[in-house]
Amino acid sequence: MPNTKGFNLMNGFIIVFLAILCIMIALPFVLVVIISLTSENSLVMNGYQFIPKEWSWEAYRIVFQKPDPLLKGYLVTILITVVGTVISLLLTAMTAYPISRLDFRYNRPITFYIFFTMLFNGGLIPFYIMMTQYLHLKNSLLALIIPTLLSPFNIMIMKGFMDKISKEIIESAKVDGAKEFRIFFGIILPLSTPALATLGLFIAFGYWNEWFYALLFIDNDKYIPLQLLLVRILSQIEFLANSPLAQVADKLAYANFPTLSVRMAMAILAGGPMLIIFPFFQKYFVKGITVGSLKG
Amino acid sequence: MANTQLEAPDMKTKKSKSLPGLLSKEWKHLNKNRELLLLAMPGILFKFVIAYIPMIGLILAFKYFRYDQGIFGSKWVGFNNFEFLFKAQDALRIIRNTLLYNMSYIVLGTITALLLALLLNELSGRLIKIYQTTMFLPYFISFVLVGYITNAFLDHKGGFLNTIISWFGFEPHKWYLETTPWIFILPLVALWKGIGFSTLVYYAGITGINTDFYEAARLDGASRIQMMWRITLPLLKPLVIILFILGLGNIFRGDFGLHYFVPNNVGPNFPTTDIIDTYVYRSLTKLGDINSAAAVGFLQSVVGLITVVSANYLVRKADKDNALF
Repeated sequence: MPNTKGFNLMNGFIIVFLAILCIMIALPFVLVVIISLTSENSLVMNGYQFIPKEWSWEAYRIVFQKPDPLLKGYLVTILITVVGTVISLLLTAMTAYPISRLDFRYNRPITFYIFFTMLFNGGLIPFYIMMTQYLHLKNSLLALIIPTLLSPFNIMIMKGFMDKISKEIIESAKVDGAKEFRIFFGIILPLSTPALATLGLFIAFGYWNEWFYALLFIDNDKYIPLQLLLVRILSQIEFLANSPLAQVADKLAYANFPTLSVRMAMAILAGGPMLIIFPFFQKYFVKGITVGSLKG
Repeated sequence: MANTQLEAPDMKTKKSKSLPGLLSKEWKHLNKNRELLLLAMPGILFKFVIAYIPMIGLILAFKYFRYDQGIFGSKWVGFNNFEFLFKAQDALRIIRNTLLYNMSYIVLGTITALLLALLLNELSGRLIKIYQTTMFLPYFISFVLVGYITNAFLDHKGGFLNTIISWFGFEPHKWYLETTPWIFILPLVALWKGIGFSTLVYYAGITGINTDFYEAARLDGASRIQMMWRITLPLLKPLVIILFILGLGNIFRGDFGLHYFVPNNVGPNFPTTDIIDTYVYRSLTKLGDINSAAAVGFLQSVVGLITVVSANYLVRKADKDNALF
């Protein structure tokens, strides 16, 4: 890495440039937080502003008044995130390890078999029909967990990491009489912690943010994850606010419903936890990701 | 497919032996490798069910699908499902949108990410971490939330963009009902969301470069720009090419979340926001036209494969080492 000898003009320029860029990237988040803390009155009068005329916790009070849907959403989301991440990590590592072994005879065919799915697939319609008509997974939590369990991209990252584990360790374990399963669970998995942490984080975020398969497969209220809840709230609020079909009583109730700020408060409550967790994993990122070792 | 070609010469050399001999030899190999094969087996079976079986469903593009008759029971209709592609304006529009948007995302994303990774590499210490974390934030939220955030900027009534515009004395816009602005908004949102990840991938690639190269160059009196131009970029080339080929393979596959939640799924902006994926989804859930959706899906998969294989072929011809397979 090029050495930086103290402060010089070029470094100063780069630092300032990147700082401005990062502020621009972060501002949208700040705006959403501020909107959620702005009084509805102020929002209607002045629109969304970074420095509102009137602050208010009203939006959060309203969300927590009837926390049931949010809590249910959390429950579903946490469940699929935990179960999905654990199974997905194990499956990814189990598939990546054999193809990281150059002395494994079926290395190339299996690598091709896995990566071919990245280039070619049946498309949405056949997948949807299989999931609903043949596997009967409509309205089940499995429909949220299964589709993303094993991604070729993750296998590629995992394999890239495992390539770097010294082969002597495996050889010496074999000399000591260890079987492959023992080597995998006892040596390879523990040595792969940085990669597992990185991938685990990515996979967990994938499950936490899952909405596509929820949109496709879930219409039962019991299994609505957070993100789908957000989709529905947005369309429901707009429906109640605009539709002449909505009950008059509903309309009255929604007349002083702080739709704009509540919307953003819900968004923060659904997205916030993961954003707070993720910086703690940052240190693993660069170490864990080594793409480019795809060719096998 | 490319693989069978690669292995063909291999088969010929073994041809001299008898079939039973070959089988028993293969059985020995299988025995020796069985534990590793067993480890990979869950993944292999999973991919078979979730990825390979739906490939059979591609025949739906040539059938008139009825739920009660299933994939195999439904009637064959030849190329009838594709007819709408040449009649309806929709088809031309969604294909054009998908291609152009994806091209712009690939080009814009690659250039920006490379630039930022190079700049990050010039720095050292804690600042890198702060920058990386900030750039990464948008990557970790769902497109549903991105939809909420863009709404905060583009809302008709209170959107921040309109607030700014009226400060300068211009008329506020109804962004969601217009078409032209989306050509700029969507790439910008895509860049905002994805830049942290692509920058990290390239940055990781740069940190993987052997430091001896730089030491030697420094001894020879190379400047930082020279090192960037002569060492870092050439060594990153394979990575850029691999990601580019993979991106090309997905050129017919749009980002559903981006094009569904950010333009808020409202009709008036479809001319510039609708892509194959959102169209197929609407066909599946709302319009009930599963047949033309299957036809478009078929096109998506086949054309995607053709693009990636030909891109790889071209790269292979130019420089064998950089090809993906």
